[in-house]
Amino acid sequence: MLDTNLPVKIRVKNLSFYYGAFEALKSINLSILDRKVTAFIGPSGCGKSTLLRTFNRMNELYPKQKTTGEILMNNENILDARQDVNRLRARVGMVFQKPTPFPMSIHDNIAFGVKLYENLSRIEMNERIEWALQKAALWKEVKDKLKHSGTSLSGGQQQRLCIARAIAVKPEVLLLDEPTSALDPISTAQIEELMHELRKDYTIVIVTHNMQQAGRVSDYTTFMYLGEVIEFNKTHKIFTNPDQKLTEQYITGHFG
Amino acid sequence: MNAGFKHYYRRSTNAFALTLSLFAMVFGLFWLGWILYTLFIHAIPALKSTVFVQNTPPPGEKGGLLNAIVGSLMMSGIATCIGTPIGVLAGTYLAEIAPNHYLSKITRFINGILLSAPSVVIGFFVYALVVAKSGHFSGWAGVIALTIILIPVVVNSTESMLRLVPQTIREAAFALGAPEWKVITLVAYRAARSGILTGVLLAVARISGETAPLLFTALNNQFFNSDLAKPMANLPVVIFQFAMSPYDDWQDLAWAGAFLITLSVLAFNVVARILIRNKNARH
Amino acid sequence: MQSSEVVASEQVSTFSKSITDVALKRQAILNFGFRTMTWFAMLSVIGILLAILLALGIGAWPAIHTFGIRFFSTSEWNPVTQEFGAVVPIVGTLITSVIAMVIAVPVSFGIAIFLTELSPSILKRPLGTAIELLAAIPSIIYGMWGLFVFAPFFAKNIQPWMNENMGPFFHGPPMGIGVLTAGLILAIMIIPFIAAVMRDVFEVVPPMLKESAYGLGATTWEVLWNIVIPETKTGVIGGIMLGLGRALGETMAVTFVIGNAHHLSRSLTMPGNTISSSLANEFTEAVGELYTSSLIELGLILFLITFVVLAISRLLLLRLRKKEGLQS
Repeated sequence: MLDTNLPVKIRVKNLSFYYGAFEALKSINLSILDRKVTAFIGPSGCGKSTLLRTFNRMNELYPKQKTTGEILMNNENILDARQDVNRLRARVGMVFQKPTPFPMSIHDNIAFGVKLYENLSRIEMNERIEWALQKAALWKEVKDKLKHSGTSLSGGQQQRLCIARAIAVKPEVLLLDEPTSALDPISTAQIEELMHELRKDYTIVIVTHNMQQAGRVSDYTTFMYLGEVIEFNKTHKIFTNPDQKLTEQYITGHFG
Repeated sequence: MNAGFKHYYRRSTNAFALTLSLFAMVFGLFWLGWILYTLFIHAIPALKSTVFVQNTPPPGEKGGLLNAIVGSLMMSGIATCIGTPIGVLAGTYLAEIAPNHYLSKITRFINGILLSAPSVVIGFFVYALVVAKSGHFSGWAGVIALTIILIPVVVNSTESMLRLVPQTIREAAFALGAPEWKVITLVAYRAARSGILTGVLLAVARISGETAPLLFTALNNQFFNSDLAKPMANLPVVIFQFAMSPYDDWQDLAWAGAFLITLSVLAFNVVARILIRNKNARH
Repeated sequence: MQSSEVVASEQVSTFSKSITDVALKRQAILNFGFRTMTWFAMLSVIGILLAILLALGIGAWPAIHTFGIRFFSTSEWNPVTQEFGAVVPIVGTLITSVIAMVIAVPVSFGIAIFLTELSPSILKRPLGTAIELLAAIPSIIYGMWGLFVFAPFFAKNIQPWMNENMGPFFHGPPMGIGVLTAGLILAIMIIPFIAAVMRDVFEVVPPMLKESAYGLGATTWEVLWNIVIPETKTGVIGGIMLGLGRALGETMAVTFVIGNAHHLSRSLTMPGNTISSSLANEFTEAVGELYTSSLIELGLILFLITFVVLAISRLLLLRLRKKEGLQS
């Protein structure tokens, strides 16, 4: 059972999502708790990434899609047409499957997002960049080469750079879309460790293909199947004693 | 047909076809080698320092190409400065703003027509639009003609280069809350910059050799002139007129000019190639 | 299927007030400005084409009005009697282009095969680059070479032989310049274009496809003819059409060597004319509205011919693509 006294950060109400005529998400109801790590698991095509991408309205970049229902973040419906999508995205950071460093220096990569809505002095900016890189456990490795291109880093470093870039704008929520699927095991371990640190300050939602990873890093787990939330509970409960038969089958590797 | 004969037949067809392809390569290179050789042989003796310091001479006298070089540089330069932003922005519309909009589809088709439009026709158009209206040939008319030739090349290369930028990078920028124009100008342009620059360089190379459109627009000017409102000397038209003339001195200057143009066009192409190669090597 | 309802407790922070509305508004305005700029740039491309068609149409109107369909049926071109017909330049344009294509297509094809299949790998890059660079050489250079080098050579060494041995279609005074020379120079000019496109499309054929055919014991030629060409025909046609468009519209290379004669001759070694060379030679000297207007109508016709070539190639590619789509 969920702790009912914990604050809710994101409340999803009757959310449906359509690509053209295809209903990719079917009337989802879900609560994401503040400063906890929530994992979305499920087989490919179950809609877990789609659901994640509704939280910063990323899907709206593409034509022929429609979202119905509500997503309340701090009790504001972020799907409301009056809600400025850029403001939303500045408050909800996202890290992608593949590292996405911009073709510019490490310094500029992080400054990019900060400069969008904040006017910082050069000193403040440098402090912010150091802070973000410290948080992402990358500072020691790159502090002498901030002028180097972000693309010159290794894959794992690039991904941590992307995390640093996302937290540099001080978001409230961090969305991680299979952040380690393109990384080697050592880099993966570093990122997972990072998540343990970050959960103190951020509400983290992670989509993962890897059930062990969900078990290691998350406090709550949502199991999705064919566009529906099958089960949502504490990670420990989902992995040891799920309520639903389907969840059990997936956890024990019977499909997926 | 027994198996041995069939085998022999197949083998000899193969050998014959491949020999023909070798001949085709030699044939192609032969002409091209001959042309470049001719250019060198005629141009080297004609390339004296006077070429760069004296203006085009009257018939039968010696002189240089200074006014034509300056005119060409000015007109190509200004055309590049005007055409590049228009071409890049139009290419941006096609690749980033509305790739599937019906206007984009129409523009893509029209751009294809403009790309393959004979340059002489574009010269005609500018003649009718500017020269006939103002009553005289002018450097500006030449600039407009060159700009119209440059734009479709830049549109085309900008669109294809922006399309090569991975969508994930754009998404990452959007995810930080960046508005579209910042995503495009700060991230997508940056990722595609060497490709876009290459396209511009190739377009400049193309307009610096264009002759036909300048014949009807800038025409020529025997004297040094940096006033774009007047007829303006330029290398291609000078080469054309001098080469067709019966005077040896003029023909020599035509070769010198031809050499300069070829050299600069090839230089633009080589630089463009190096840019692309460096980019590929980095990633 | 949702687990127990979670009661929302007090909110930690009011969402997203640190970004001011002013900043967002400013970005929205800048964004709108940028989009509008790209929109106008895109429209200017459409505008240029419309303006060209309009200007040429208006300029050509006196000639269209005076001669009507007769413009396409008479070969008269007489500034004195003000009688103009487009047959000679149109036929000249078509013949020079046909000559150019007949020579250039097989040669380019051979070059592309050589570069993709035969060339030792050390030579591949330099030869390929050489071909691409040669496509960039301005056409006026080809014209000068044709006039000063090739035409005299042709007149001295080849034409006498042709006059004796090749019948009426190649008979004429050994001047070197003429329709055949123009076609040949066009061919040399467009070979690099076509060859470069063909090489590019040959190179994107998946190696797996070729290897599986080689694995069955096919020879290089059989792999090319049965696998590579069917696989790349759309690109090959595109390359050929690109070359044809160039050949049709080319002005300077032709103007130098065609001889600028406004009459039809049975022999290909006689001087002739093309649309573009008529324009280049006569336009600045044309006097009188009807003369100028007739030349502009020629320009319009040339534009429409290249437009049709482009449209046909697009349609062909579209149909081929559709067919492939059905197959797969």
